[in-house]
Amino acid sequence: MNPELLAALTVFVLAILAGFAVISKVPATLHTPLMSGANSIHGIVLVGSMIIAASAEDPLSIALSLVAVAFSTMNVVGGYVVTDRMLQMFKKKPVAPKAEKAEG
Amino acid sequence: MDFETIESLVRLSWLLAASFFVIGLMRMNSPATARNGNLLSAAGMAIAVVGTAVLLLAGGEAEPRTWIIIAVGIAVGGGAGLYTARTVKMTAMPQLVSLFNAVGGGAAALIAIDDYLRFANAGESVALETTIFVVLDVIIGSITFTGSLIASGKLQGLIDGKPIMIPGGRIITAALAVATVVAAVYLFAGNVSAPVLLVIIAAALIFGVTMVLPIGGADMPVVISLLNSFTGTAVAMAGFVLGNDVLIIAGALVGASGAILTKLMADAMNRSVINIMIGGFGGGEGTTGAVAGAGGSVREVSADDAAIQLAYADSVIVVPGYGLAVAQAQHAVRELAELLEDRGVDVKYAIHPVAGRMPGHMNVLLAEANVPYPQLKEMEDINPEFPRCDVALVVGANDVTNPAARRPGTPVSGMPILDVDQAKSIIVIKRSMGRGYAGIDNELYANPKTGMLFADAKDGLASLVTAVKAL
Repeated sequence: MNPELLAALTVFVLAILAGFAVISKVPATLHTPLMSGANSIHGIVLVGSMIIAASAEDPLSIALSLVAVAFSTMNVVGGYVVTDRMLQMFKKKPVAPKAEKAEG
Repeated sequence: MDFETIESLVRLSWLLAASFFVIGLMRMNSPATARNGNLLSAAGMAIAVVGTAVLLLAGGEAEPRTWIIIAVGIAVGGGAGLYTARTVKMTAMPQLVSLFNAVGGGAAALIAIDDYLRFANAGESVALETTIFVVLDVIIGSITFTGSLIASGKLQGLIDGKPIMIPGGRIITAALAVATVVAAVYLFAGNVSAPVLLVIIAAALIFGVTMVLPIGGADMPVVISLLNSFTGTAVAMAGFVLGNDVLIIAGALVGASGAILTKLMADAMNRSVINIMIGGFGGGEGTTGAVAGAGGSVREVSADDAAIQLAYADSVIVVPGYGLAVAQAQHAVRELAELLEDRGVDVKYAIHPVAGRMPGHMNVLLAEANVPYPQLKEMEDINPEFPRCDVALVVGANDVTNPAARRPGTPVSGMPILDVDQAKSIIVIKRSMGRGYAGIDNELYANPKTGMLFADAKDGLASLVTAVKAL
């Protein structure tokens, strides 16, 4: 195995262990925001999409990278915004603007 | 600054971003720091993206069309993401998360496909380790893409939520698996072929559909959690393909955390993940109103009587379930709780880990209805309080309150339940005597302490509110 792959595997395994350690402590109350927060983190694929866009030359490659960039940005932006929306509702004492009960 | 310095700085920015992701997730440990943690994670994402742009700029590889691709992609994707995230109702949260899984997994697969096609078109040979990660990325990413779309469609009601059995489903799955393995071995043997990769893509896309279609709507939370984990793994594989550490770290982090969440969820439902994935078990909830006798007589209670019980209690524990979410009755339950609190009643909420359609979904729904989170109690914390509580008010929860779970030999045996039957008295708001997801009668309903208020969750709560106000 080449050293770069070995280093990448090391990073991969340690990150998995970090993931296990970090999540095991989260209370069930926050599981939905957590899933949504983790969901936004895999939007990091945007970095990869930008990298392939940089060397896109033929039309197919351009199309693939364009879709990849659009998909991953949707993941990033949507994921963080919706997680924040959820988390801002978790309050100790509601300020209770009761007028805002729009839902039927 | 020469390119090497810039590249090092960008790599450091990626390391910083990865650290922010880990710390951000850690801060999600408590509701008080969670929002801050999410913002930290978002800041990490911004740093990584800006760093990448700097790298492309300094590398000189990027041409004007690169920037057009990136700008258009970000505008379109960002707009779509922002719009959906801003407008989605909290009850529809699970299908949105599933949709984001689909696009994330799709993007990860596209990266590997694009990378591989470049080698194929140039007629170059591909190193075995690259081929392995390309194939893994394409398989996992494609399965996630179609699987998540189907899961999202089921939750949204676009596709029937019941398990859809595909005729000859097992044979199709086996054929897909064989085709994938043969194609993968062919590529691993050193052959470079775009059509063979296409075979793998097609097989994985179809597999994603056939995997999720036979799974019932009630199991979707576990499926979404699993697909979230898949997406993370696909992203990590894309990181291996591109040799990019930040993709590997963030992907592995999500892959691992998703796997743990999936396990927690499945445990709370007393089922194994494999059992759920084989599927064809749980239909939707028993909302079709299969009226069955509950092995013993059932006492019906009127809204007025129930209101008196509640209003003159010292402590009330509300047990909300899936039915509450379906009936959109979060606001009604909060209104009732506030009325009772004004009368000096101590009100708490007992939240079972799988209440709602996603782990922790009920907490989000109640938080949206302005219920203060310190009132939301987890199962282990609230169970000791039931014997001391005057009235337990069960709204739209069924199997998670069934005392039969404590005995061996029933479909719910061993499932952790809320000890509702130990409360001094119990009021259950329920539309009919229909069975829950496990398909068995709930012994709680036949308990002499239990009064049944037959109504839709929202109407039932509304009539309680009116009755309490009239007291």
